[in-house]
Amino acid sequence: MEENKETYWSENLRLIFICLAIWFVVSFGLGLLLVEPLNAIRLGGYKLGFWFAQQGSIYCFLGLIFWYGAKMNKLDKKYHSEG
Amino acid sequence: MEELKLYTYIAVFGTFALYFAIAWWARAGSTSDFYVAGGGITPLQNGMAIGADWMSAASFISMAGMIAFMGYGGSVFLMGWTGGYVLLALLLAPYMRKHGKFTVPEFIFDRYYSKAARVVAVACLIIASLTYIIGQMKGVGVAFSRFLEVDYALGLYIGMFVVWVYAVLGGMKGITYTQIAQYVVMIFAYTIPAVFISLQLTGNPIPQLGLGSTLADGSGMYLLDKLDLVVTDLGFKEYTTANLGGTVNMFAYTISLMIGTAGLPHVIMRFFTVPSVQAARASAGYALVCIALLYTVAPAVGAMARLNLMNTIEPTAGQNLEYAERPQWFKDWEKTGLLKYEDKNGDGKIQYTADPATNEMVKVDRDIMVLANPAIANLPNWVIALVAAGGLAAALSTAAGLLLAISSSISHDLMKGILTPDMSEKNELLAGRVVMTIAIIVSGYLGLNPPGFAAGTVALAFGLAASSIFPALMMGIFSKKMSGKAAVAGMVSGIGVTMLYVFQHKGIMFIPGTSFLGDMGKDWFFGISPNAFGSVGALVNFAVAFAVLKVTGPAPAHIQEMVEHMRIPGTVSAAHDH
Repeated sequence: MEENKETYWSENLRLIFICLAIWFVVSFGLGLLLVEPLNAIRLGGYKLGFWFAQQGSIYCFLGLIFWYGAKMNKLDKKYHSEG
Repeated sequence: MEELKLYTYIAVFGTFALYFAIAWWARAGSTSDFYVAGGGITPLQNGMAIGADWMSAASFISMAGMIAFMGYGGSVFLMGWTGGYVLLALLLAPYMRKHGKFTVPEFIFDRYYSKAARVVAVACLIIASLTYIIGQMKGVGVAFSRFLEVDYALGLYIGMFVVWVYAVLGGMKGITYTQIAQYVVMIFAYTIPAVFISLQLTGNPIPQLGLGSTLADGSGMYLLDKLDLVVTDLGFKEYTTANLGGTVNMFAYTISLMIGTAGLPHVIMRFFTVPSVQAARASAGYALVCIALLYTVAPAVGAMARLNLMNTIEPTAGQNLEYAERPQWFKDWEKTGLLKYEDKNGDGKIQYTADPATNEMVKVDRDIMVLANPAIANLPNWVIALVAAGGLAAALSTAAGLLLAISSSISHDLMKGILTPDMSEKNELLAGRVVMTIAIIVSGYLGLNPPGFAAGTVALAFGLAASSIFPALMMGIFSKKMSGKAAVAGMVSGIGVTMLYVFQHKGIMFIPGTSFLGDMGKDWFFGISPNAFGSVGALVNFAVAFAVLKVTGPAPAHIQEMVEHMRIPGTVSAAHDH
């Protein structure tokens, strides 16, 4: 049981780390630090860097929260039958 | 004009009647109902309520206007105010829900076993929430005075009364259900005009796609390219690349808004209302869906409003609008003083340029963009009436959430938790209602007599939340060893650094003339504006806390066990007292 707790927590931390890495890349990376080179690429009428800053990052945030929630629900089931 | 007024009265008072009916149906019978709606709200309901709670008059009225004039620089608000929900969902909400208490200061008290920490948290919460409410109260007054042409003060009293009825009667339960209704009103009021305008300009009814489409005027040009061309021709910065004070400042600003969002107590509180840890994670997702519906439309509203404004004043390059032929909405907004024209070269035409020497649009208030947008685009009167009701819904729903955060921190944390621990539940409920009534009166008074620092309040609220509350909560969950002493030292130094920076550049308590370093970009630390400094405060908070922890030793074993327990969802009981 003690061991279970520890692996549950470390798997959770690993998921959080992956999600926060993506969270950082889509907003601060693509929307801010790399905005100039990305703006050379077009997405319809949008410059790609501008699109990430004003649209794309928000869609990615949404995907992240739901993906993390689904993964954690599975993890909860795996480690705690009552979860 | 008469028809518009009639529609507006119907929309505004119709929605008020709806809020009252909901409040009566969902009135609170226990402290659990009053603080956390009995813990029985579903994730989708909670998501909508969080959306209404979070999206204030600033989101509804001001944000698209700021984006319209800042262009790409306005992205800090879009990313900052949405990215915070990722932090909430991953780092705070599930664990705080598992712990199962009523308020944020109570969580801090349990985790840091310190009354001092609880009092510091209550102080941060009250300052952040009160400054925030002033803005909502002003929004209510302004919406009434512009749309219904009643006195600003009378509008404010009506708004205070409406909030009082459903917040005091229903507590969290009443507030939650009215917020769901307010979310629906708000989102229709925001998106319907945007759909119409996107359709007019690009032929695409979905504003998020319209913004990336070609114009419907037959030129085949992309909307954003056209906007870039129009604004740079007049000497303004290019719309899609205009920066906000440099990359470092935008970076720090976005971080501050993100962690400030995740640390605002009135939002965190809402996660105590759902039945389980899983539901807390899910409601963060639904909340962001509800918020993203407005936030992804806002850039389209901003860009299209700017283009419409430019096209009205200068229909084709070099062919400027005659002042005598200006449209009705132009005259209406001139009356309010938020739009001002001055014929500098005496040609009777309107020149709108970036150069202050030749620019004749001497004042274009950012806040009018959302409110004037339907009129600029010649939309029907019922759409304009809907926008009025939507603006009021945004202001009232946020005010109610903030009032609840204030009253619970006083009645539950200060009175029940510290001063009179043997208070009965019935008396605590009564105290909560009395405190909320007082808070409404105080915030109404501040709305009528805004203190000199009202303009700087955003910096203050987000700075406090980002530099004190967020780091304390995060360390409490992710560092088992973090001790009470270390956390209090971190919070106090985080707030200290942030406030010192804001005050030294904006004046002590924002009183003009008392700023000792001047509000000048060149004096800013690495070019970081005072609004963006919460991120630095948070770093200081973390650094000090871990340094003190190293010197004074870890938290006692029973606290570390409590943190272990918090991290495992298991079966969760409804939020309870002790």
